[in-house]
Amino acid sequence: MTEIIFFINQVVISGLVLGCIYALGAIGITLIFGILRFAHFAHSELMTGGAFIAFLLASAFAAWGIATPIPTGFVVLPLAMVLAAILALGIDKGFYAPLRKRGARPVTLLIASIGVTLMIQGLIRLFFGAGSYSFFENEPKEIFRIDTSAIGSTRPLVITEPQVLMIVVTLASVVALHFFLTRSRLGKAMRAMADNADLAQVSGINTALVVRVTWVIAGALACMAGTMLALDVTLKPDLAFNIILPIFAAAIVGGLGQAYGAIAGGLLIGFAETLAVFNWTMLFRPLNAILPDWLQLPAQLALVPTEYKLTVAFVILVVTLLVRPTGIFKGASS
Amino acid sequence: MIQRSLALFGGLFVLILVIGWVMGLPFTSSRLVEAAAYALIALGLNIQWGYGGLFNFGIMGFLMVGGAAVTFISFPVNPEFWGSDGPMMLGRALFAFAIGALIVLAARQAHRIGITGKWKGALTVLAWFVAYVLYRSQLDPAAAYIESAGGGWVGGLGAHPVLGWLFGGVLAAGIAYIVGKICLGLRTDYLAIATIGISEIIRALIKNMDWLTRGTLTVSPIPWPTPLPQDYQAGGMDIASSLIAARAGYLVLALVVLAIVMWLISRAYSGPWGRMMRAIRDNHIAASSMGKNVTARQLEIFVFGSVLMGIGGAMLVSFVQIFDPSSYQPINHTFLIWVMVIVGGAGNNWGALFGAVLLWLVWVVSEPLSKAVFDFVSYWSTNAGWGAIPEIEARSAQMRVFVLGLVITIALRFAPKGLIPEVVKREG
Amino acid sequence: MALIELKHVVGGYGGAPILNGVNMAIDKSDIGVIVGPNGAGKSTTLKAIFGLLKVTGGTIDFGGENVANSLPDKLVPKGLSFVPQEKNVFTSMSVEENLEMGAFTRTDDFSDTMAWVYAMFPVLAEKRRQPAGELSGGQRQMVAMGRALMSRPKLLMLDEPSAGLSPRYVIEIFQTIQRVNEEGVGILMVEQNARQALAFASKGFVLAGGQNRYTGTGAELIADPEVAKSFLGG
Repeated sequence: MTEIIFFINQVVISGLVLGCIYALGAIGITLIFGILRFAHFAHSELMTGGAFIAFLLASAFAAWGIATPIPTGFVVLPLAMVLAAILALGIDKGFYAPLRKRGARPVTLLIASIGVTLMIQGLIRLFFGAGSYSFFENEPKEIFRIDTSAIGSTRPLVITEPQVLMIVVTLASVVALHFFLTRSRLGKAMRAMADNADLAQVSGINTALVVRVTWVIAGALACMAGTMLALDVTLKPDLAFNIILPIFAAAIVGGLGQAYGAIAGGLLIGFAETLAVFNWTMLFRPLNAILPDWLQLPAQLALVPTEYKLTVAFVILVVTLLVRPTGIFKGASS
Repeated sequence: MIQRSLALFGGLFVLILVIGWVMGLPFTSSRLVEAAAYALIALGLNIQWGYGGLFNFGIMGFLMVGGAAVTFISFPVNPEFWGSDGPMMLGRALFAFAIGALIVLAARQAHRIGITGKWKGALTVLAWFVAYVLYRSQLDPAAAYIESAGGGWVGGLGAHPVLGWLFGGVLAAGIAYIVGKICLGLRTDYLAIATIGISEIIRALIKNMDWLTRGTLTVSPIPWPTPLPQDYQAGGMDIASSLIAARAGYLVLALVVLAIVMWLISRAYSGPWGRMMRAIRDNHIAASSMGKNVTARQLEIFVFGSVLMGIGGAMLVSFVQIFDPSSYQPINHTFLIWVMVIVGGAGNNWGALFGAVLLWLVWVVSEPLSKAVFDFVSYWSTNAGWGAIPEIEARSAQMRVFVLGLVITIALRFAPKGLIPEVVKREG
Repeated sequence: MALIELKHVVGGYGGAPILNGVNMAIDKSDIGVIVGPNGAGKSTTLKAIFGLLKVTGGTIDFGGENVANSLPDKLVPKGLSFVPQEKNVFTSMSVEENLEMGAFTRTDDFSDTMAWVYAMFPVLAEKRRQPAGELSGGQRQMVAMGRALMSRPKLLMLDEPSAGLSPRYVIEIFQTIQRVNEEGVGILMVEQNARQALAFASKGFVLAGGQNRYTGTGAELIADPEVAKSFLGG
């Protein structure tokens, strides 16, 4: 049993946590692609920027001496998401909308989003330096160790409080997004515009409003993903820049333009990364007792060495693009 | 048009003089050598993007390949490795690689013996897996042996650095051929993401294959193709002059390479080959309906552009004399090049050249410049009683990233065709 | 007073104008049909009315004001609706969601309008939960018309509603259009099946080179030997 608990700790929990973050980021990328038809590279900076906004709010809370029962990062999250949504709207208005008005090609917007990435990253580093910060300087990070000796395991099941909250919050937001897209007038208009932008305009749908709503949702979810990632590890200026490609991989694997695909893609990439570096000997070690001597498991039996963890996502990305560019859920392609 | 270009180049020359005057000649001569290498790289991207409309976001990967190549060719031989079992074990790994490749190729031909559809797909995946396991089973022990007992890493061949530059071009061409073969069918934004993914894979490999590249342990000192400052000092020259003399020598060599490349590509561009390339870029469908083999031409252009990136990457590494895989970042080695080409003028070689030199100078100068600004503001705020700005050094280093982003967004907004735009020729 | 009146409309996509002075007047009891050779500016006229391209001269009078260069999200609430020729349904959305999108500009309760549309196209009521992309060509055309009717327009514009349909469906679609017109919706449509369409048009316009060539009732135009010879294929 110890081995199975180890597997859950190493693969199930960390894969789920990683998958949640990828999924939340990928939803924004996929929505923006569906509505505005360009690959928004600066999404990583919306995530990092959102996390820094949350961090500043949390620090302010701590400075005012407000103690909260759950980690302050989660308490300030709604407010941070609002601010991040405003930031996203401002970026669109300042940098992308003028190019769209000129009728620029999607490639130009993509390059502009690189410019935005560099500017935001430069600004964050300018104000916060290159070091890392923790949300848990003024409060402890609670770690739950669930005793599993009842089922014959010598190891506890380990999960931190932010991880539990992260999974719950992600689940809640995905459900909320689902209801928004399938029940609300604006959500349906978003799907309509992603499906056929010309017809949406002809139907009298206020496309400028839909664009704004898209940025609000993408910005808010990016802030959520960034903050939760910072709560799980640490906050640093290149927090999300390093994982923007796995997030793109998630969006593409799920089919660009497909919100549900992005969620599935995020979980798939998250689990693929953790499974690929998992040392299978740890799980199958008990088999050594029954296996013959010449077939003993080696000490290390992972598909790829740990250093290549992020590379797994790139390989999946490239293979998907080559084998099925529309993604596992048929996405936008032309 | 010509006048505008001349004025811009004149302005650039004045900028160089000013930097030379303020920062000193040793600093400036170094930056100019680097600018020449970056110009070569920017020309490579200009060929791919400006001529061919191919969105290569994986420049960093090609630069790293060039750097690794020049290290391998020009670094002195490592006798400890060659005297150990290492070469033999690597030979076996290579053999395993070949067998694996054969297995994969065989699986792809499975339809000939009646295995088709899903079964063939499953067989292909299985073949890849078997080949991978086979290769790893030979390579892993070889790598572990070399790193611990076989001399640490394979070392170099001790050949002339210029040969290393050429090999950098060749190796980049080989990789570009494979990448292009599998990716060029993708639409623009997918191509961008695929190339960025591939360059990250290349970076991960070079960074972690310690037995081949020494990885994060870095390799130095890599020899120069021209006499080093130390050589001049041995001849009795003082340090400052020796630095300038040595760098001037390197710069001349780099400029010769640059001039040859410029001459070759402007000849090609004004000939039938260039006309065909522009036809393909501007109207894919019309060009292919006219019977042009679009994919083959695009592959050609992708490989050619990548060769220049490989050579440029190699020139940079031999100049700084150290190959450090962890120093490669997408911002410094991919996006910077893009900004150079876009600001300079995609589709115009002189534009790319101008953009490369200008942006490289902006990139290196924005750090000391912002430090000066910070120092000034800090002095002022200290006097005003608000205290000094903390960590000026670290902050100044980050300013250039912001400046780069600002430059590209402004350029896209107000000069989308670049400062020296493509000359559109009307052809009957 | 006419429901919509075009006076000397000039416009295009920015280059040389495609419309060089189009005149038209449609009442709410009218079925107007625009015919003419390829490139005559038939679809362009509809797009110009709907603000999808730039009108540089003339006026488009609708409901007592000049609506030239207004965008669709302003025109739809005023009572204009447009069914494009191609890609005129949201393929990934259900039939019912397609209809809802037609009512996007409405803030009141539109369930009665939906019932009205379903009554007109009973087959859509059966397939209300099915993605529109899975329907047949004729059924898609119904979804497209239904979507356009959801805003309760005063004037419905259709761009070649019979394109790509089998002859049996062509008659059916024309009959449906007639029924919509009888419910008090003015119709302005572009048609390739010129003779068939003019046969039930109360007003016909023959365009050529972006200008009116002939104007009259449908029957008059069919009877006119000049029109028949040049534009109706003898």
